[in-house]
Amino acid sequence: MPAKPGAEAVAAKGWLPAHKWLLLRRSSQIGILLLFLVGPWFGIWIVKGNLNFSYTLNFLPLTDPYVILQSLLARQLPETLALFGVTIVVLFYLLVGGRAYCSWVCPVNLLTDFAYWLRVRLGIKGSAHISRPTRYWMLAMTLVLAAVTGSIAWEMVNPVSMMHRGLIFGLGLAWTVLLAVFLFDLFVMRHGWCGHLCPVGAFYSLIGKLAVVRVRLPARAACNDCMDCFAVCPEPQVIRPALKAIGGTPPVILEANCTNCGRCIDVCSKDVFAFGTRFGNTVVPVAGVPQAAPINLQSRPGSPS
Amino acid sequence: MDNENKPSAAARRQFLADTARMACGVGLLGLGVGLYARHARALPPAAIRPPGALPETEFSAACIRCGLCVRDCPFDILHLAKPEEPISTGTPYFVARQVPCEMCEDIPCVKACPTGALDHFLKDINKSKMGLAVLVDHETCLNFLGLRCDICYRVCPVIDKAITLDRQVNARTGRHTHFIPVVHSDHCTGCGKCEKACPTEVASIKVFPLYMAKGQLSSHYRLGWVEKEKAGGSLVAPDVEHRYNLPEGMKYESGKGLSPSVPSAPAPASPPGSGSGLPRALQGSKL
Repeated sequence: MPAKPGAEAVAAKGWLPAHKWLLLRRSSQIGILLLFLVGPWFGIWIVKGNLNFSYTLNFLPLTDPYVILQSLLARQLPETLALFGVTIVVLFYLLVGGRAYCSWVCPVNLLTDFAYWLRVRLGIKGSAHISRPTRYWMLAMTLVLAAVTGSIAWEMVNPVSMMHRGLIFGLGLAWTVLLAVFLFDLFVMRHGWCGHLCPVGAFYSLIGKLAVVRVRLPARAACNDCMDCFAVCPEPQVIRPALKAIGGTPPVILEANCTNCGRCIDVCSKDVFAFGTRFGNTVVPVAGVPQAAPINLQSRPGSPS
Repeated sequence: MDNENKPSAAARRQFLADTARMACGVGLLGLGVGLYARHARALPPAAIRPPGALPETEFSAACIRCGLCVRDCPFDILHLAKPEEPISTGTPYFVARQVPCEMCEDIPCVKACPTGALDHFLKDINKSKMGLAVLVDHETCLNFLGLRCDICYRVCPVIDKAITLDRQVNARTGRHTHFIPVVHSDHCTGCGKCEKACPTEVASIKVFPLYMAKGQLSSHYRLGWVEKEKAGGSLVAPDVEHRYNLPEGMKYESGKGLSPSVPSAPAPASPPGSGSGLPRALQGSKL
């Protein structure tokens, strides 16, 4: 690797523009966490609850659809307020991209991003191999578990809710689980938890299959193959089809596992990437390739086709 | 990413092997989590769920661990279980001996619950069944020792219904009264005030989850006196006047005890054929 990924972009655009989305994203992650924390810390109750269900200003209910799905499979029906919350959250992520939850909201991302940063800094090479679709097996496992045990069993060990709930209501020994996730990502597997195993991310990626906001590549012809975007992307497999127009893929990342983190936009010195919508794909590519879905399926690694 | 046009036999084998590997690995993890979740179903006796909580099996399916009940409890009595605690992680509970439930009339914790894990049909806090108080230790309860502690009775929010003081003779002194606290399950809400207030070093009265505290009569059991009252008279045969099986020539009066009834009639000789002078119980084949 020649220099630190993004060095070129910093040189070309300046530090701030080359870190714009990263800074915004960190502000969002920390800001959301703070909104939850000012209640218990200072008695300013803006948001009550946690990521499973929260009530903002006694007005806005937000419910994690994944936990409600498990509850339904365990044969329990929530109250209307929670169902409103589910609707709002699903619509929101249909708009902004399902896995935007992972990169803009989830607190574990701070932890695993730190692990990845440290992994690069320490020059830790090599990584255990598990295929990325393992997360869908994890997702299926948690749902089967809910149905079989008749309880939301996954919530007992889910590091995502454990971390968020722990920070707000008291960690207890949850820090050991979080440390395990951190060390796993640092020493065992690159992007191990968020990129391969987390069923919460897998669930939100399914919501994101049809999401409106996507990373577009309006200037993909300008790509100079510096590979910086691949180096920073937590899900690098999503870039290639759109960047290299494999199988006539339009210049938009439609892969459901793109987390819309926007880091590729930051680190590209040629400004190949930009946020946009999934629509209007007939403009740039060859006319007559309007459908994105089948192409998308084909390019999915590991699919037997 | 191999060439995807024609998966070779080797690629297919590889794919199947990879799939099996993932499925087995994830399955193993699932098995572990599932067994762990089953263990956590047995709610430990010291943990009391908030008012209106569904039975534990349903509760663990309905509660999404959001902590809204914790937030809306004005007395901050509820906690969310931490992973190291032997309760389903993230679910709400309180420990009566630490801080008992104040039994708010508007039940804010139940109102806050977004899933019905705390039953929204519960409108009257006096009807809640968080648990049941049990006077577990008769050896340390001060009232059982003959003192007039009465604290559990006094602090009970459903005084004279959930806990009553039943008077019994203090056999040790022969002239004092025991005021025995008796819990009545149809009125006790399990709020835990009695356990909190019990002055013994370790509480002598404790609140337990209902499944631990409550017995159940077999369904075919009938209480004779209840049935009799319902029917307005004896159901089997006309009531016979009760007669004491007293030694001959003795009479029994309440308070006085046994006394000779009439100064006459010598004791009858033992019946013939009664064999040796052994006590009767030892004579027959049946004991």
